[in-house]
Amino acid sequence: MDKTMPDDISLEALIAGDRAEFARLVDMYSGSIYRLGLRMLGSPQDAEDVLQNTFINVLTHIQNFEGRSSLATWLYRIAANEALMLIRKKKPEVNLEDVEGGDEDEDLKPTQFVDWSGLPEDELLSGEGKSILDAAIQTLPESLRIVFLLRDVEGLSIRETAEALHLTETNVKTRLLRARMALREGLSTYYGERFIREE
Amino acid sequence: MNEHAHMNCDELLGSLSAYIDGDLSPELCQELEKHLAGCDNCRVVLNTTKRTIDLVQTPLEKPDLPDDVRERLFKRLNLDRYLTQKPG
Ligand SMILES: [Zn+2]
Repeated sequence: MDKTMPDDISLEALIAGDRAEFARLVDMYSGSIYRLGLRMLGSPQDAEDVLQNTFINVLTHIQNFEGRSSLATWLYRIAANEALMLIRKKKPEVNLEDVEGGDEDEDLKPTQFVDWSGLPEDELLSGEGKSILDAAIQTLPESLRIVFLLRDVEGLSIRETAEALHLTETNVKTRLLRARMALREGLSTYYGERFIREE
Repeated sequence: MNEHAHMNCDELLGSLSAYIDGDLSPELCQELEKHLAGCDNCRVVLNTTKRTIDLVQTPLEKPDLPDDVRERLFKRLNLDRYLTQKPG
């Protein structure tokens, strides 16, 4: 299901307190927001807290929504805020401002050069392969992971991601590059071996 | 021969993400593609990075909300009477 396509939500109806319209909004975005919470916090319970708090906030603040960003971006901003607040509370040692996401430029340098990109999707994502991908996402530092999830998993633009996270676009781009390179490196270690075995 | 310094691997990697997003100027694109044509390693990095992004966007990576989570959410929001409507 493509969540960007379904018939538009009426902002007027939401602001007027239309419950049915609010229920439609919840159904349209709750999957994405739950996944975001799950991947940021790593626990279903925490993800559910993020999800519930997000929509309670939406209910409380919909009157103040100014329409400068899209409704989706505004929702992701609230959800990301909730997730980051919970991380600050539960994992105070995590540095959420960290742009580099590790040691200088060393983690940006690729070391794996096997081209596994031609392997079919069902093979890459079957059984073990899928857990490798999920685990690799989980090893990204939180400050990079949130950018990667909004941009590459949920499909927000660079500008929308910057708006949702109160970051500059330059900062988003830097974090995104690091996240992509780190993830590619992690997947290559595993998929590369698999590719060589099959050749 | 022109004196123009060619893009090296490090410079390419710095622009890789922007290139994938179609965010580079035509001039930079051209330089980058010239480097790619002669550098196996950078080509592999580009291909596998693109593939990595494809993979995280597959439906398998976007599972639906569990039914019990949806039910508790709707109750918390006092939307009980809309629970029976199928999402989507
Ligand atoms: Zn190169």
